[in-house]
Amino acid sequence: MNTSAIFFVALPYTALATLIIGVLYRYITLGFKLTSLSSQFLEGKVLFWGSQPFHWGILVVFLGHVAAFAIPSTVLAWNGEPWRLIILEVTLFAFAIAALFGLVVFIYRRITHSRIRSVTTKMDAVVYILLLIQIVTGLGIALLYNWGSSWFASSVTPYLRSIFVFNPQVDTVASMPFLVQLHIVTAFSIFGILPFTRLIHFMVFPLNYVWRSYQVVVWNWNPKKIRAESSYFPGKASTNN
Amino acid sequence: MNIRSQISMVFHLDKCIGCHTCSIACKNIWTDRKGAEYMWWNNVETKPGTGYPTKWEDQDVFKGGWEKNGGSIKPRGNTSKFNALKNITFNPHLPTMDDYYEPWTYRYSDLFDSPEGDDQPTARPVSLVTGENIDLKAGPNWDDDLGGSPDYARQDVNLDKLSAQEQEAMFQLERLTWFYLPRICNHCLNPTCVASCPSAALYKRGEDGVVVLKQDRCRGWRMCVTACPYKKTYYNWATGKSEKCVLCYPRLEAGLAPACFHSCVGRIRYLGVMLYDADKIHAVACSEEKDLVDRQLDIYLDPFDPNVIKEATANGIADSTITAAQQSPVYKFVKQWGLGLPLHPEFRTIPNLFYVPPLLPTMGSVTDGIYDTTTKSFWGGIENSRQPMKYLASLFTAGDTQKVEAALKKLLAVKIHRRMETVGDLPAAEVTSTLQEADIDPRTADEIFHLTALAINEERFVIPPAHREEAMELVEATDDRKGNIGFGFIERPTRGL
Repeated sequence: MNTSAIFFVALPYTALATLIIGVLYRYITLGFKLTSLSSQFLEGKVLFWGSQPFHWGILVVFLGHVAAFAIPSTVLAWNGEPWRLIILEVTLFAFAIAALFGLVVFIYRRITHSRIRSVTTKMDAVVYILLLIQIVTGLGIALLYNWGSSWFASSVTPYLRSIFVFNPQVDTVASMPFLVQLHIVTAFSIFGILPFTRLIHFMVFPLNYVWRSYQVVVWNWNPKKIRAESSYFPGKASTNN
Repeated sequence: MNIRSQISMVFHLDKCIGCHTCSIACKNIWTDRKGAEYMWWNNVETKPGTGYPTKWEDQDVFKGGWEKNGGSIKPRGNTSKFNALKNITFNPHLPTMDDYYEPWTYRYSDLFDSPEGDDQPTARPVSLVTGENIDLKAGPNWDDDLGGSPDYARQDVNLDKLSAQEQEAMFQLERLTWFYLPRICNHCLNPTCVASCPSAALYKRGEDGVVVLKQDRCRGWRMCVTACPYKKTYYNWATGKSEKCVLCYPRLEAGLAPACFHSCVGRIRYLGVMLYDADKIHAVACSEEKDLVDRQLDIYLDPFDPNVIKEATANGIADSTITAAQQSPVYKFVKQWGLGLPLHPEFRTIPNLFYVPPLLPTMGSVTDGIYDTTTKSFWGGIENSRQPMKYLASLFTAGDTQKVEAALKKLLAVKIHRRMETVGDLPAAEVTSTLQEADIDPRTADEIFHLTALAINEERFVIPPAHREEAMELVEATDDRKGNIGFGFIERPTRGL
């Protein structure tokens, strides 16, 4: 087995399997461990300069990658005009810089603030290192190998799609520059360890808040039903938990 | 009509001696854990004072509760659901630990391990968060009994409603007075904490109205901490989950009063059921500020009314709960006697904890440097109260001094009536006129006296049975078990393959 098979076939499948099984396992059995682990309560001033740029930066950059993966032809069509290509690249680069800035503030805050140090775990360090590598390589690629939004859509997307259809084609990525390869490997590593880190919090983004009513009342049992004789049926499964 | 039952509470502030036993009982049971050391689900504040967390009543800063939005209301902090989701990365109105205090212990080993020297060894305070030495700057009860008044009592938000002259009068040595304000979660009918939780981890229990926070569901978005205007949801910095007062529901279900109620030395606390119409909650919360108290009192229904009993039964409320509502001390204090007032009704959460305002009559006054103790009537009038009515009104009625005065008049009338009964040294005309003015008859005065001064546990805490035979359904349907295989199996006895 050659190295590209390990890094571009074995690693992605291991990572994705760990991601799916890990997230489901943690969601179902370890509800109490599922939290954003916010430390804003302990320190809120420096956090603002870390959290806002990082989260919004990484969100936009991530969505950019998703777009290139999901609708590559649209992205290529958009990039057909040079000025549109420049706008796209500059915007995403700016957001990536914001994410990097935020991440550096995060790390600075964790190291310097004693309250934050006391709630820092080893896994936080792993997350920070991987994210730092990921963002720095991403920025490096954008600078060194121009117009990534185009060649991602034309070269990387076919590889990623081949992974998802269980017919991995590694030839293109195997011949890509080291920086790009590192970026891909780190990306899959992040997905692989995601269930075991605080990063899992983005999987439980509370979207259903938008359509639920403000007030929540939970009945342990339906008091009308429970007292009605007709509803008595031996052996039925309980519906209240 | 959609009748539900609610466990409600009354705190009689005239009886509170500020001993903090309630806080300690609560702390020992619920918050003596890592990450929860700084939390006081029950705390006792000195008023005037800034309270805990410092200046929690100042909603311009903390953005708790609801505000009017045309004919409707919206949360003051994250004014829309979109805002809440947008602010999820950074909550701009979240109080930090410095608004509460950094919890500490003492390094007691220093007392034993210190080398011999000229001085007594001291135990250094160390932070319970970082484990490092800290200099103590504030605690949860730093301004107890007006300690540090210039820094604390004068910063009280409720003083804003008073003129500079009135404020000055409050702090004259001869008039100097304070009272205690014990606070727990109000288990509101229209809780902002529930409304603000993006994960729906907070909810109101349908059966008894206790507001609880499901730890498994909480994702630590910490919107509830901002949203609660009473700052009674707390963020556990160690587990990354929020926590709040659960009104000791395991005790309630077993028929016992919550720990803070049970341990109260002054017996100031009363707990009972109120029946209310859940369909009216929104309308009441949206009413004009001056109507808030009256309309809140209207939402609670008369448990003796046959129509209410019929509707309640139809809605599945147990007969035992209706009986408990009829004997509820809260119903008596709040609805029958008009003595209980909600804390800061202007937050529009419809709190279910009512306070009997404190009676602080003047025993004397200073005129030309002479301390004069003669008063026209026996205890002086409530108009001479050392605590300005405007101040009490700012706390309990959103500014309506008449409601506070009406309650205080009744309290004074009860005192005068009992003085007449037991000592009999007052002019009969004064007693009669005081009772008339307070709008109570001697029998009611005796009842108020009894429940205030003599009531035993069972009268102060009327807890409806949780119906544990039905409460089994909280965990599982009992009929699942019926006819099943033996001990420990939850499986139907179907024939194997």
